[in-house]
Amino acid sequence: MKLTKLLTGAAMALALATGAMADTTKVGFVYVGPVGDGGWTYEHDQGRLAVEEAFGDKVETVYVESVAEGPDSERVMTQMALEGADLIFTTSFGYMDPTINVAKKFPNVKFEHATGYKRADNVSTYSARFYEGRAVQGHIAGKLTKSNTIGYIASYPIPEVIRGINSAYVHAKKVNPDVEFKIIWAYTWFDPAKEADAAKALIEQGADVILQHTDSTAPQAAAQAAGNVYTFGQASDMAEYGPMPRVSSIIDNWAPYYIARTQAVIDGTWTSVDTWDGIPTGMVKIGEITDAVPADVKAEALAMVEAMRAGEYHPFTGPLKKQDGSDWLADGETADDGTLAGMNFYVEGLEGTIPQ
Amino acid sequence: MIRLEKRPQPSRAWSLATPLVAVLATMLFGGVLFAVLGKDPVEAIRTIFWEPLFGEFAFYYRPQLLVKGAPLVLIAIGLSLGFRAGIWNIGAEGQYIIGALTGAGVGLAFYPMEAFYIFPLMVLAGALGGWAWAMIPAILKTRFGTNEILVSLMLVYVAEQLLASMSLGLLKNPEGFGFPGSRNLQQYDSAHNAELIAGTGMHWGVVAALIAVIFAYVLLNRHMLGFQIRLTGEAPRAAKFAGVNPPRLILFCLGISGALAGLAGLFEVAGPAGQVSIDFNVGYGFTAIIVAFLGRLHPVGILLAGGLMALTYIGGDIAQGNLGLPAAAIQVFQGMLLFFLLALDLLTNYRIAIGKPEAA
Repeated sequence: MKLTKLLTGAAMALALATGAMADTTKVGFVYVGPVGDGGWTYEHDQGRLAVEEAFGDKVETVYVESVAEGPDSERVMTQMALEGADLIFTTSFGYMDPTINVAKKFPNVKFEHATGYKRADNVSTYSARFYEGRAVQGHIAGKLTKSNTIGYIASYPIPEVIRGINSAYVHAKKVNPDVEFKIIWAYTWFDPAKEADAAKALIEQGADVILQHTDSTAPQAAAQAAGNVYTFGQASDMAEYGPMPRVSSIIDNWAPYYIARTQAVIDGTWTSVDTWDGIPTGMVKIGEITDAVPADVKAEALAMVEAMRAGEYHPFTGPLKKQDGSDWLADGETADDGTLAGMNFYVEGLEGTIPQ
Repeated sequence: MIRLEKRPQPSRAWSLATPLVAVLATMLFGGVLFAVLGKDPVEAIRTIFWEPLFGEFAFYYRPQLLVKGAPLVLIAIGLSLGFRAGIWNIGAEGQYIIGALTGAGVGLAFYPMEAFYIFPLMVLAGALGGWAWAMIPAILKTRFGTNEILVSLMLVYVAEQLLASMSLGLLKNPEGFGFPGSRNLQQYDSAHNAELIAGTGMHWGVVAALIAVIFAYVLLNRHMLGFQIRLTGEAPRAAKFAGVNPPRLILFCLGISGALAGLAGLFEVAGPAGQVSIDFNVGYGFTAIIVAFLGRLHPVGILLAGGLMALTYIGGDIAQGNLGLPAAAIQVFQGMLLFFLLALDLLTNYRIAIGKPEAA
């Protein structure tokens, strides 16, 4: 069994070696959604286009969109490697095990997996500290709300999403002690109908600011229809819904990272790394804060962004307690990356439980 | 003037020819679509149909055809039995999910013990899970006369929610840092539905699909039950006189299609997919409906149709990667196939007559 596996691997590596002798560098991208989703995949594709622009003829990019996680993704990655890709970005959490499987068969191809935790000699991981952007949203939301009720459309109860809820809540609470969060778990990343329903339900429950961790613009449209409800763009700028309801946004900006990693492959300096960048390197950007936000609030928000950029402020700075009242961070202490990466608890003050 | 005239007997020739004509028409109009998108139509069609079978990397794609086609064939065979009798199980996707959950659940319950009987137990659990999920619309129909189309379809969404809940809760990998998804069964030898011969794509699911084809063929042609299924579909009144017991037939047809869909789910989760995850299901249960009709509800036809659908999926992904065709264009292309098939089906029962109608 082991030997036969090894042999097929060797056969593939051989097939690859003959195909990869070209002098242009080939970079592949595997997308979980369509490039026109206006959110997650759209921003990854913007990163790909930036790579093309930066390197011109020296680099060829290819992509396959709407690739289901599981065996389909494994096949598409293998296809790219066989066709001579030197570097492959796999841009969804569910591609983790397939990426590791394919990377084993193609030791000379470099892989970059977004948002996962498994690495190998030829597999790097990268992700963005979106919770830094959530801190800014929380601040603005806490200031804007009049009903003191903020709605939150959450996707799945995973650390990434829980970090966002905690970060937004901590900062909303800081500027508005009476604030309350209502959270709806949509159990989807992208489903306009469900997201619109969630937004409407939150508005009916009195929320006048809605944060979303899902990718479609449906909540923006629902808020626009309701009037006097504020929203924030997610993953992408969603500027078409400004200046109201969309008052700002978190933008995933992958371009600098993609360009740097492609350059590393060209230079032969690529090594396996674990990257978790945020506002300081520009991987997370805050979309323009519109005039619907009072000038002083806008200035405070921008100051917070600047403090994070300079490394002077961490969104999770003590004193902070967990929901059950136990101590988490002492005064002035900041959260370590290990705890953040696996975050599975609410901070003190949030109501409800994390669904299991 | 052109009009349609009902044939006294459905045309046997057209019944066999329509799938081929539909494929040709799809190639033709698909080519036009690709040309409008600014791609070389001949190259695009060649990439989709030729590259996976005989291209440079066919050694890798051919086994993938089996991996992609097996669940389609396995599910479609089950569905076709019901469809022939006018029993419409539209919820194979849900039965596929439940089969994967029960099968993987049994495997994970034994983790990390290694024993030869774990995988057979998982297979059993997968079939039972799918069967049980299909029994819900079956019993509701036989007891209360509910519509099995609606009930089975709605249960797909229930199954999807269960899948999400299991990925985030009960079956979540305890060593997964809080991320959703179960342990990877590919790394658990006793539960892994591995390739039987490395590099061939042959796993137990492929074997099961081939057995199902033979089983269905024998059932339909040599067995009383198969005769009753065909008779119920073609002449329900005659079937009653022939002593068919409709509730029993409903239970059988929904049960067998559920069990086969459950098996497909188990083989997929224990093999190519490896783990229970929120987005585990990718629509095999729905695509299998197309495969069943494309194969004329005939076991051998379904085998060929499953291969063809797998080919368009794999070739479609190659065309995306190599030619930059958008995924939506490939989906339209696949949609055309069903559209032309259904449209041309008309010619089985009707003929186009040119000229004046005969005396009415």
